[in-house]
Amino acid sequence: MISSCLTSACLTNVWSDQAEILRPWLLPADGSAHGPALDHHLILNLWIALALLALAHLILLIGLIARRNTEPTHLWRIEYLPLAALALLFGTLTLKAERLWAATHYTGASLTALQVEVTGVQFAWYFRYPGADATFGTTRPSLVAPGEGNPLGLDSTDPHSADDSIASELVLPANREVDLRLNAQDVIHGFSIPEMRLKQNAVPGQTIHLHFTPTTPGTYAILCTQLCGLGHYRMNATLRVLPPDQFATWLAAKQKAAQ
Amino acid sequence: MTPRSNTRQNTRTDQTRALSPKLYSLLFTTDHRIIGIQYLILALVSVIIGTLLSLLMRVHLVWPDWPLPLHGPILPEDYLALVTIHGTIMLFFVLTTAPQAGFGNLILPAQIGARSMAFPTLNAASFWLTAAALLILLGSPFVPGGAAISGWTAYPPLSAIPSAGPGQALGMDLWLVSIALFAIASTASSINTLTTIIRNRCDGMTWERLPLTVWGWFTAALLSIIAFSVLLAAILLLLCDRHGGTSFFLPTGDLVNGVLHHGGNGSPLLWLHLFWFFGHPEVYIAILPGMGLTSMLLANFSHRRVFAYRTMIATTLLIGFLGILLWGHHMFVAGLNPFASSAFSISTMAIALPAAAKVLSWFATTWRSRPSYKTPMLFALGFVSLFITGGLTGPILAQPILDEYLHNTFFVIAHFHLIMAMAGIFGLYAATYYWFPLITATRTRPGRLMSEPLGRLHFWTTLIGAYAVFLPMHLTGLAGEPRHYAQLTGIPGPGGYLSPTGALLAHTISFNHFITYAAIFLAAAQLPFLLNLARSLRKGEPSSDNPWHATTLEWHPALNPFPPSSASDTPEISAYRSPCQYQSTQSGFTFQPQWIPNPVDQVEIKEATSAKPE
Repeated sequence: MISSCLTSACLTNVWSDQAEILRPWLLPADGSAHGPALDHHLILNLWIALALLALAHLILLIGLIARRNTEPTHLWRIEYLPLAALALLFGTLTLKAERLWAATHYTGASLTALQVEVTGVQFAWYFRYPGADATFGTTRPSLVAPGEGNPLGLDSTDPHSADDSIASELVLPANREVDLRLNAQDVIHGFSIPEMRLKQNAVPGQTIHLHFTPTTPGTYAILCTQLCGLGHYRMNATLRVLPPDQFATWLAAKQKAAQ
Repeated sequence: MTPRSNTRQNTRTDQTRALSPKLYSLLFTTDHRIIGIQYLILALVSVIIGTLLSLLMRVHLVWPDWPLPLHGPILPEDYLALVTIHGTIMLFFVLTTAPQAGFGNLILPAQIGARSMAFPTLNAASFWLTAAALLILLGSPFVPGGAAISGWTAYPPLSAIPSAGPGQALGMDLWLVSIALFAIASTASSINTLTTIIRNRCDGMTWERLPLTVWGWFTAALLSIIAFSVLLAAILLLLCDRHGGTSFFLPTGDLVNGVLHHGGNGSPLLWLHLFWFFGHPEVYIAILPGMGLTSMLLANFSHRRVFAYRTMIATTLLIGFLGILLWGHHMFVAGLNPFASSAFSISTMAIALPAAAKVLSWFATTWRSRPSYKTPMLFALGFVSLFITGGLTGPILAQPILDEYLHNTFFVIAHFHLIMAMAGIFGLYAATYYWFPLITATRTRPGRLMSEPLGRLHFWTTLIGAYAVFLPMHLTGLAGEPRHYAQLTGIPGPGGYLSPTGALLAHTISFNHFITYAAIFLAAAQLPFLLNLARSLRKGEPSSDNPWHATTLEWHPALNPFPPSSASDTPEISAYRSPCQYQSTQSGFTFQPQWIPNPVDQVEIKEATSAKPE
């Protein structure tokens, strides 16, 4: 009885927000350029898995219910033919997935992509924009002092540091590719924006590049998806995607404040 | 027929027994049957603790303010300690010990017609090391700072630097020592298993006649040796990083909570590689014995041969072999070269084929067989169902582009709980109901059967509960719900109002309540089993010599129960044919156990024709 109440509650809840999610799989709406192809492939995979699940249980149940007969002997027909079909199916899915993966990961961002550095620290995300010189200033772990407004340890003796601006919110223009360079100061963090279909760990001692193009203006949650300590669940930030003109205004204001 | 034995090892055990008090001899025995039961008791204690911890997690996720009696509210670090101990205890002390060491000791020697394990003393030492490891793990929550909070995967630098969190100081050291001891014990126990299978098989027990359970234990033992030795090495390196000033896993300039690492320049990714080189084979170690047992039980209760027996042997070995080549699929988002991800993706998709071959053989074995639905058979069929359901999401997660969205969400939790935890536990239940007469038999009285009505109740409620808990998790995972979150509602921080309380996870809150209710139901569904166990141990119906019409040697009258006393006039035990030699007749079926000799004049012909099952 409880379950039926809950199910109906879930369903009304789901039905009321039809536009927000990709039914029936509850995927959140997608706001990135590479997302629709990923969603399409994911949903195809889910339907195939569901169909195979139903088929397998049907075969199992029919075999159990039907009256006794002599045991099957056709090894080729029962074992190797279905295996060949499955090999073909999984082979096709793998090929398709590899092509999508290659398209987004085998090459880096274009040279015109917006550069932003992302740093994960227990338990916050910091975003650094390189400023007018388009170069990130040096950071040194020994200079890190969050209390004094220098959470990343920016070295003020480096001339490139002067126009760097640090934000606790990631603000991006719509429809322009962005090249994120992911760092972690202390432990491994997981940089994830579900609505941008992005997930990439930030690893201490490594800089990992991640590029994508946000398409839909809006505000999205940035989560940490790699267990990083007791505050893991509250390590979050927001991504604000703005139309290009509003982004330019925001960036100008930000840089003025930094200088 | 009187039970007899003639090995020197048992004579020695008897002498020890005569000299020592009874309890001492029972505790520190080298009798593999008693060691097997000791392992099973350890696993039972562990599974009860692990289940209660998971209930606390589920309750906390939907009622975060509920105070745990005698403890108070569950803090985020408490939640992560629950996650860590639950995962560690279930994977190591339940899913590795019970099938491999527990039933391996109890049943394996008899199934190959052997009187004992190859190294009885090493066997006892392995058990006591495992017990020590469990005690250390269970003690870790009570030290200053509490238990480790870095999950069962213990990624550095979180696990390498004591300042990284509460529980990462002494609690983490205890966790590492516990798992190191466990790794040593498992390696030793696997060497014992392998040597026993290679050296102690009885006459006529050729490799092709080995039951598929033995092939499961054999492959899992091979994997154990490879995997646990690498884990042990990784743990020793991590302990060196923590206390020896080395930098295997720590990069220069790592700054954790005000503590700056000045040493050499190591890489956290090295730990991920070493850990998952162990961690992936580990899940096959947990499930391979269950897969072998399922094949044998389906044939036993369907009164059929195992369909495609030699292919099943080959697929067991192939799953084991591929199992050590695909650890990288846990690392698609970890910072691997994207080309490496592609390679690991292909090797992972490839393992779907031997796994599917197994499922097809299970279908063919039961197809139109009108099996007898005893409780062990029900659990074997449940294993098949859960293995399929959990397995089908495997190829989805094996595609890096999809894993980029699904990694570390509840979708993954649903996947591995169905295929490893639930299917694994169903395998253990099938084994318990099936071999209960052998567990309870003593020299003086026959074994007992467990109650069938309670068994059926246990099976149906557990099956429904398992699906009710883990199927909805696929949907919450697809909605983006991350794992390892101490709270799903009311999260502080700038993104907290968006997610998970806000837009992103609004749809999943009611699912989460449902999952928690289902988890409580699933845990309650285990009470009939405990009741059945307690009742049947004392008052269970006496079993006949071979209650299930089985064909494998553990039901040989001279091996059932395994005779602890030695005698010189033991009949030779030999295997004369492959297992599962069932034949349909007009009125039902006939069967030929492995140990019944062929009529003398037919020996040659039978060997040539019917020993090959295909």
